[in-house]
Amino acid sequence: MAPPVTEDPTSNAQPDPSVHRALGLTDDEADEIARILGRPGNQLELAMYSVMWSEHCSYKSSRVHLKRLPSEAPHVLVGPGEGAGVVDVGDGIAAAFRIESHNHPSAIEPYEGAATGVGGILRDVFSMGARPIALMDPLRFGPLDDPRSRWIAEGVVSGVSGYGNSVGVPTVGGETIFDETYKGNPLVNVFCLGVLPQDRLALARASGTGNLTVLFGSSTGRDGIGGASVLASASFDDEADDSDKRPSVQVGDPFEEKRLIEACLEILEAGLVVGIQDLGAAGITGAASETSSKGGVGMDLHLSEVHVREAGMEPFEIMISESQERMLAIIEPAKLDQLVAICEKWEISASVIGTVTGSGRFRVLDRPDGDVLADIPADSLDDAAPLYHRPMAEPADHADALADTAETLPAPANATADLVGLVADPSWVYSQYDHQLFLNTVEGPGGDAAVLRLKDPRTGASTGRGLGLTTDGNHRWCALDPRAGTAAVVAESVMNLACVGAEPLGLVNCLNFGNPEHPEVMWQLSESVDGMAEACDALGVPVIGGNVSLYNESNGSNIDPSPVVGMVGLIAELDRRPPGLALVPNTTLILLGGPGTSLSGSAWAWSQGHRRGAPPAVDLAAHAVVADFVRSMVASGRLLSVHDLAGGFGPAIAEMVASSDVGATVDLPPPASGPRPPSHVTLFAENPSAVLCAVDPDDAAAFHQTAADAGVPSRTVGAAGGTHLRIDHVVDIPVTELRAAWRAALPDALGSGTLQ
Amino acid sequence: MAARVGVVLFPGSNCEHDTIEAVRGLGGDAEVLWHGDDSLGGVDAVVIPGGFAHGDYLRPGAIARFSPIMDAVRDFAAAGGPVVGICNGFQVLTEAGLLPGALQKNAGLKFLCATATLRVETTESVLTSAAQSGAELRIPINHFEGNYTCDDETLAMLRSEDRVVVRYVDNPNGSVDDIAGVCNEGRNVVGLMPHPERASHDLLGSSDGAVLLQSLLDTAAAGV
Repeated sequence: MAPPVTEDPTSNAQPDPSVHRALGLTDDEADEIARILGRPGNQLELAMYSVMWSEHCSYKSSRVHLKRLPSEAPHVLVGPGEGAGVVDVGDGIAAAFRIESHNHPSAIEPYEGAATGVGGILRDVFSMGARPIALMDPLRFGPLDDPRSRWIAEGVVSGVSGYGNSVGVPTVGGETIFDETYKGNPLVNVFCLGVLPQDRLALARASGTGNLTVLFGSSTGRDGIGGASVLASASFDDEADDSDKRPSVQVGDPFEEKRLIEACLEILEAGLVVGIQDLGAAGITGAASETSSKGGVGMDLHLSEVHVREAGMEPFEIMISESQERMLAIIEPAKLDQLVAICEKWEISASVIGTVTGSGRFRVLDRPDGDVLADIPADSLDDAAPLYHRPMAEPADHADALADTAETLPAPANATADLVGLVADPSWVYSQYDHQLFLNTVEGPGGDAAVLRLKDPRTGASTGRGLGLTTDGNHRWCALDPRAGTAAVVAESVMNLACVGAEPLGLVNCLNFGNPEHPEVMWQLSESVDGMAEACDALGVPVIGGNVSLYNESNGSNIDPSPVVGMVGLIAELDRRPPGLALVPNTTLILLGGPGTSLSGSAWAWSQGHRRGAPPAVDLAAHAVVADFVRSMVASGRLLSVHDLAGGFGPAIAEMVASSDVGATVDLPPPASGPRPPSHVTLFAENPSAVLCAVDPDDAAAFHQTAADAGVPSRTVGAAGGTHLRIDHVVDIPVTELRAAWRAALPDALGSGTLQ
Repeated sequence: MAARVGVVLFPGSNCEHDTIEAVRGLGGDAEVLWHGDDSLGGVDAVVIPGGFAHGDYLRPGAIARFSPIMDAVRDFAAAGGPVVGICNGFQVLTEAGLLPGALQKNAGLKFLCATATLRVETTESVLTSAAQSGAELRIPINHFEGNYTCDDETLAMLRSEDRVVVRYVDNPNGSVDDIAGVCNEGRNVVGLMPHPERASHDLLGSSDGAVLLQSLLDTAAAGV
């Protein structure tokens, strides 16, 4: 006998369209729900569909494109679609990693937006059974001369620091970029890496009729109602209005999360669960429906059993609340006592809120054996979400724009001053992050890539191997040509890993784009996916997970296409620290690969207001040869310093000088072929396929021979040492002056205050 | 027989495994002591590690001092047993009244993770007995509330009794008199903000912390 349904689903009364529209569902989507249910959805059901079918949860605009990304390799244990991608790193150890965006919440409430972004990505990783060991945070803000952008930057960095440090996971890298395109719509992406014994791998699958659905962690409150659907799937118009959305931003509690990590890993280590899923966007609805859908089973949930933060919460509030620090597990009844004991030890609450059923239905009841408040096919929230082939259109003037290169810009009046203006010490940001916890950090933030010791997660014993980690993005290249630009970003990541001796294992991406209802934005997204697929195929890097963030626009203006990639690589033998950027006096400076030859899309061209032309063209086959060589030379110990040229030749040597307090005298190298361009072109043109490195002068001749044997162009460009940075006849600056400007750039700009 | 070091784990602590790893790397035995227990299980030395005990929501260390194990730590210290508080552990020891002074927010009002240079000011403590007086050590700091403060009378006492154990060479957080660590009157309880366990391996950039943890192990072993 079926229990009664409170809102009679058999009623044929015409539903009020204002209900589903207020929830963000289109009329077509409401019709589809009615078709699935055989009746109009009631308010609770519509609320659940609205969050699950939101852009943020369903990827309805991007899924048709994401399928083109290569995701397979022999060492990939878990690909896209789970909490995190997982790769085999040897000895029965696996690495799980993922990147997520928290752009919209951070625009509204920077501290909590960033903090809960950290919390969310951590749960994605430890819900797989992995202990999170590192975070990275690629950040993009509006220009430094804008007080609101400074306020957002300060708040976001404090939020990452406040949550990440306190929860006890080091932040070992990231990026901080300031540009006009992010004014009003910052990008806060957060990457997390965890390690686990492979036999502890846990998946979000429910199975076994009669098994229990257990919710543990923080209580469920009214915070973050519709955070994903309200915030992440809408754009910003007016700053004054944004404060209205602040109640949709979740509030984080890192101490709750820390205890949840310890309890969760103890529960998984004891083998107590059948399946487990963290609660993220769409709250209980998302976690419960995804575990049942993936497991091919039904589930009954009992709202009276959910531990709530306040009395009188509506069913839809409980079901879609995005209260933080919660986890949902499916367990056999016999193991409940053990799970509860572990939760009690760590002082976190646990409630049995439902049971796995064989019905194939996902039902919400007000209490066990009580009224049925919602009754829908278990897979319809997840699998049946709409798929949109949104219209795409290449911008009409794209060909003309590509032909308008930055070489037409006049040479700088003062190349030294322009060069100094392009470099900034990021330590103002990363000194606020604990980047050393767990005694893994061999190379922390500030270099080309971070390097961690890889220890056995069960014994803590060193494996002798290491992991290299990097996050990269370049909105300038992608704005000019999303396909070539995205390929160049992937190439840069591979080179950054090579600079620390790491071979790529996998990539995760965060595709930050504008409004998908604009055909040009969909074209950017599609092109970017193709560029990423081409580079990943050519360079042998599987895409094991990702996240899409759309509607990044403010005041009607879309952000530049901003795909961000996080890449993890393996260092086969980590027996010494990688060379790093710092120069060593009296060493020979050698360029591997050629200098950049195109000014378009460079930071310098952008600073001159030139936003057209083509980004650096990457020959992926040649790139792989250089990267392989750099990796092998780092492993050999012959490199004494190294830095990639993705930022250009001038900025590369300037950063090496500034970070080490050692001068250098170098000549601008000629291009591989053709006439020599004006000096400022070689100085500022960017090339992700080249590196500047230092070797012992006695090794230089042999080194060039080794490079030649490997088919890598190499050229001595100068020497490290002295009190000045001198580049040909175009740059001459005392090291002390360069270093002081580099160190002061960020603190001075941010010290101008955040009053608006 | 190797000395046994007990590392107290409060909910919210996060440097317990690092401390254990560094102690074991020096040949010592180390184990976790749960904050809710009331016994130290016969260990030869106690370390209160870094982290955010009980979330540090009220004031760092303010709640941790009420954890059941702190009574056992007090008794152990009173009997002359070696106790070291690192970072949050230093904050806990000041809140518990086992060390004088307090730790307030850094002068720059920002969290600070960096490597500091410390000068060993006295070798008469459980943490510096194996070090050279005047030696400079590169040890990471990682704190928001690391700005040591005390009243003038206490400062005068710490100086006259040679109880400033380590000082910063270049003060990063505004601590009075550049103080990075102090000891109690019996010199068996030491608290410091820098993290010796993070300077335990050349791969990590410094192994200068080894001499401090070795001092603790030596002291502990002598008491066995």
